[in-house]
Amino acid sequence: MSNLLFDEPGPRARRRIRLATVAGVLVLLALVALAVRQFAANGQLAAERWQPYATWPMWRYLLGGLWSTALAAVVSAAIAMAGGIALALGRLSRRRAVRLPAAAYVEAVRTIPALLLVYLVLFALPRYGLDLPLFWKLVAPLAVSNAAAFAEIFRAGIMSVERGQGEAALALGLTHGQSMRLVVLPQAARRVLPSIVSQSVGLLKDTSLGFVVSYAELLYSGKVLANYNGLLIQTYIVVALVYLVVNASLSALARSLDRSVAGRGGPRRRKIIRVPR
Amino acid sequence: MSALLDHLPEFWQGLVVTLQMTAASFAGAAVVGLVIVAMRVGPVPVLRTVATVYVETLQNLPLLVLLVLAVFGLPEIGLKAGLTTTAVVVIALYEGAYIAEALRSGVNAISSGQGEAARALGLTFGQSLRHVVLPQALRTVVQPIGNIFIALTMNTSLAAAVGVVELTAAANRVNLLEAQPIPIFVGAGLAYAAVAACAGFVTGRLERRLAVAR
Repeated sequence: MSNLLFDEPGPRARRRIRLATVAGVLVLLALVALAVRQFAANGQLAAERWQPYATWPMWRYLLGGLWSTALAAVVSAAIAMAGGIALALGRLSRRRAVRLPAAAYVEAVRTIPALLLVYLVLFALPRYGLDLPLFWKLVAPLAVSNAAAFAEIFRAGIMSVERGQGEAALALGLTHGQSMRLVVLPQAARRVLPSIVSQSVGLLKDTSLGFVVSYAELLYSGKVLANYNGLLIQTYIVVALVYLVVNASLSALARSLDRSVAGRGGPRRRKIIRVPR
Repeated sequence: MSALLDHLPEFWQGLVVTLQMTAASFAGAAVVGLVIVAMRVGPVPVLRTVATVYVETLQNLPLLVLLVLAVFGLPEIGLKAGLTTTAVVVIALYEGAYIAEALRSGVNAISSGQGEAARALGLTFGQSLRHVVLPQALRTVVQPIGNIFIALTMNTSLAAAVGVVELTAAANRVNLLEAQPIPIFVGAGLAYAAVAACAGFVTGRLERRLAVAR
């Protein structure tokens, strides 16, 4: 794609590119200078306001938060994936009575904000006598909302397996369930692996709702820390950087998986367009 | 049920705020997305890098972290703006990255002959982007952009977590008064579902009208 919109630049184009480069760099430098000036003018650049983040106790605390984030993400991903497979199979079922509820679940959950589900678990369920532990107050709504997303990924994966595979399995005398379990699902799982990883990035981002639940994951830990030491912007910047490093690594993993799936002669998939979460 | 009906004005107010935030941040996100995608498919290496870094950064940060950083962090360095304004700007910047990615996949779907033909006619980079490439790219990504719009509507609810009183926050407040969570939260959920259904309907119509026979 790199040169869909331009040819190998000639002398005039090279001059223009140089000009644009200089202009772009100048704008960037101006933005950085502006930011530094704002930080400096408000005394936020002072060494003692950043020093704490070079000490181990601070990091031990934040990494503890990151551990809770990972725990919440892994548990809700496991539940959501199991639910997602069930929902995907339900949507592809031959029975209407199974197909419709599964489709209704997926469509309904897609249009409800995760925060509303969190509020529901936080404020509604206790009233009906179901007061979950803090951890599950975060994990339950995330699992519910992500199950729908995983269901769509698995459904796309199952549908991408050639019809002949399932038909051949049936011709060999396997039952419908066996052909799904032994032939179609393993192939589908391999194909959707990259999408699963990038969906997991979304789920990991969702765990920041622990901020609302006051479950001590990374963002909430940051909030507690900021309230304690008064270093608001520094703390949140550090927290953001931790999220960035973790998620960017996961995204890079998804991309490399994507390439290796494509390289193994899998069918050319349409590039998935990520939806913001 | 009466809890819902007694507090219709609050709900209505919340829904209006949600719709305003959605409209404003989607408009902002569209502009950001167009600028970023133009930088990303253009011939200037520095701008391509900047655009790539922008997209990667924003897609890998939770929106709530950005909102918290902007709402509680920025006043610390002397940048103060209204709560809703801050939230709208943050959401626009965040969703802009996703729109840029959607548009880029649309641009990639265009056959290279289109770009070559545009250049052969003597169009400049900006002209071929504006008159040839983007109009076709937009048509192929109507559905994904509709999905982004729906997700953006859902994401405006995160502004409730930093204190903007939109639909989710309004529902929460009414619930604190009335303590009848089921009708109240179901009502709010239905309002979101209605917005999403409208968006889905419109994108469906748009997609059919704009479809190009190939």
